[in-house]
Formats: sequence, structure tokens, C-alpha cells
Amino acid sequence: MRAPAISRIPTLAKLKAGTAAYNEIVAAGEPWIHELKAGQVFRIVAMGGSQAVDALFYSAWDTSERYSAQDTMLEQRNIYLKVGSRLISNLGRPMLTIVGDSFGRHDTLTGACAAESNQVRYSLDKRHMHNCRANFLAAMASWRTSIDKRDLSPNINFFVHAPVTPEGELTFAEDVSEPGRYVEMRAEMDVIALLSNCPQLNNPCNGYHPTPIRVMIWDL
Amino acid sequence: MTTEIALPGLLWEDTVPAGASWTHVLKRGTSLRITALGDDANVPAIFYNSECPVERYSMPDTLKAQHIAHLTKGFVLYSDMGRVLCSITDDTCGWHDLLGGHSTATSIQDRFGNQRYQEHHNDFYRNTRDNLLIELANWGLGLRDLSANVNFFSKVQVDPDGQLEYLSGNSKAGDFVELRAEMNVLVILDTGQHPLNSAGSYAPVPVQVAVRRVAIATADDPCRLACPENNRGFVNTERYFL
Repeated sequence: MRAPAISRIPTLAKLKAGTAAYNEIVAAGEPWIHELKAGQVFRIVAMGGSQAVDALFYSAWDTSERYSAQDTMLEQRNIYLKVGSRLISNLGRPMLTIVGDSFGRHDTLTGACAAESNQVRYSLDKRHMHNCRANFLAAMASWRTSIDKRDLSPNINFFVHAPVTPEGELTFAEDVSEPGRYVEMRAEMDVIALLSNCPQLNNPCNGYHPTPIRVMIWDL
Repeated sequence: MTTEIALPGLLWEDTVPAGASWTHVLKRGTSLRITALGDDANVPAIFYNSECPVERYSMPDTLKAQHIAHLTKGFVLYSDMGRVLCSITDDTCGWHDLLGGHSTATSIQDRFGNQRYQEHHNDFYRNTRDNLLIELANWGLGLRDLSANVNFFSKVQVDPDGQLEYLSGNSKAGDFVELRAEMNVLVILDTGQHPLNSAGSYAPVPVQVAVRRVAIATADDPCRLACPENNRGFVNTERYFL
């Protein structure tokens, strides 16, 4: 496994916690849904080290416009997200730009864990383990406008490194990471951010010990 | 080019012209053979449980269940509900793309210009996004239901830095791929060029489609036994039909 490249592009990590307009902790295994206004900067911090954070983004004005993994990969001709990556919608518009990052290879391919995919991947009796899709569906149901399972599509996994080999195999790199790893992005339009602080216990994506994350928003 | 000897169990053959789309509810117990009628064909395709289309093809679940980032004989297409929509029971070209997405009106216009119906009638430039949305609309579905697609006959490789590279020459006229339906699957496909194909002109390739009656997968089916994950996917699929 190759260590993730630390970007040398200047970042906005200098933004201080004390100036954040929003600063909350999302407990291990829980969802989070929140609106980001165009121009706001949004930071996710993995407080306890290795922790996958599953993320989807929707236009706040028309949720049928949403983050599209394939349109994003096509625009940058690359499967990884890092500083400079633009998260592209299914209508071809930039929704957010990654402006700060200490990981460098966020995953666009491997999606969210779900009761049913846990059954397939691990064992038929894993259906009742808590999972990211359950988090997504619960958070969607709580939102003030109507979004539901039809609006799910392949999500981002921040802090997950899933390399593809030239032979076309998907692999998972077990990144042992230090606490404080972060990713920071600027909203290019008004978006609804939907996160699941991943509760997966069947593989090393959370180091078998899911931990809290901090989410922060700045008005710039 | 057409199939010279009729396939066993053949029910229906059709040709999908260059740049056009096609749809069918492929029933459990039947298969779909897609045959390229030219070199470097590309067939973007999307899949739904026809009885409940909110269950649909899942790119991530297909990748991570089988540890693959391409398709060929022996692999399956997973739904987002842990079931197998289709199995790849035969394939002559060895690599079908799961990553590269599809063309849009903007991407076609940017690359090839605009060739309108008014001047060119049915030789106007079409794009995959609009073709898929039109087919989806006929089933009461739309943009919200359009997720990742497969690109049959195309090869996209990923380098160690994550860069995507389209490799031309992956498929020739006469190459085919066969999908056995494990559920009643709404299949929507199109013949639009691959969005990463750098060919300088608008030149989609037509395909032939053939639907035929086939046996349900047995306990020793090669797709089922490809990995323990697929066996569990087939169990989930069988339970759906109990």
C-alpha cells in the first residue's frame, strides 16, 4: 500500500475553530444533514483517526440535481478526490470544490454499506447491523423537503482509499490514520449535505472502532 | 451483420441503430445477447427491478461484492438490495466498463458540434443522457432514477494515480456479451459513444439485440460460484421469488 499523498496546494486549514458559524460533533455511527450556502466552507474532521464518512450532496433548490460520481470522475478523469477536485452534479454543474485535505485519495466508487450489501459481502445474518444507508434514509425522512431512496446514488467515502488495479480489480487499502485527518470544501451552490458517520464493523474502514467526527462551517 | 444460425430458444431479434436507445423488461428465465455491428462499439446500459424500480443497478455494490472494476463472463450486476439483476454468462471481448459514465447534450455539442433534426432528420446527433431520460420517462421514471451506468464493449483502465484511460480496440464487429436475467429486469440501453473515446467524429456503432429463453441458474452455475458473495446474492434473489 502506498501512503496517501499529502497535497502541497495551499489549503484553508488555517480557518480557526473560534470563527466557525457552526461547529458540532457527530457521534460514531450517526447521520447528519444540513444546508450549506454558496460560498460557505465546510470541514469534516475525523477526530479519532481511521473513520469513513459517507457523503451525498443535493441542490437545495431542486434535489433531483445531486452529486454524480460518474460525472465527477469524467470531468477530472480520475477516480480519487483531493484538493482541487470539483464535485459535479448530474446536470454537469460544480456543487462543491475541495479546498483543503490531509488525505488525498477519497473514494468515489465503493458506495455506502447497507443491510443488504452487508449480507452479500459478509454473511446473510448481518442484515440487522447498523449501516450507512439506514442513516441516509433516516436523515432524508427527517428533512423538510421530500428526498428518499430514489435520490440515492453512488456516494463519496471521505477517508477511504480503494485503489483499482490496471487489471480492473477493486482493492481496499487499510489506511491507519492519525486523529485529526480532515477534508474541507467550498460550496459552489446552495446544497444539502448528507453524511453518515460510518458504523461498519465488518471491515477495517473504521479501524473496527467507529469514532466521532467534527463538522464545521464558515461564512467567508 | 446478423446472426447466421438462429440462437437456441430465440424469441426476438432487433437492431439498435447508431446513437439510438432500446428498452425491454427482460424476464427471469430469458437472456439478452448484445452483438456489436462495428468496431469500438459502446452500449451504455441501466437496470431496474421492473416490479419496483426503486431497486436498481448499483455500481458500488457490483464493484465491492466481487472486487472488480470491470465486467466480463462470470461476473454479475447487483441491485442496491443485495440481489443479482443479471449475470454475464458469455462474453467475447473480456472487458466492459463500469466507471466511465455517459455523454450529454453538452459533451456531444462541445466535441462534435450540433447536427440538428431540421437539417439532418434521423441522422441528428443524439446523446446518451437524453436517450436514457426519454426511455425512463416512458416508465414513469426520471432524473432521480438515473444513477451510474455500465458501458458494454468499452475498456477504461485506472492507473496507480487514479487516472482514467479509455483504450480503443477493445471490441470488434461480431463481439457479443450475454446477460441472463435473474429477476424481471427493466433494461434500458443506448449505442452512444463512450464519453472518454477520443475519436474525432460523431460515429456511434449499431448493435443487434437478441432475447432468448434460457434455463434458470443452477446450484453449480459459474456466476454463482465465482465468489461466496455471489452465492449469497443468488440466495437473496431466490428468496425474493418465494
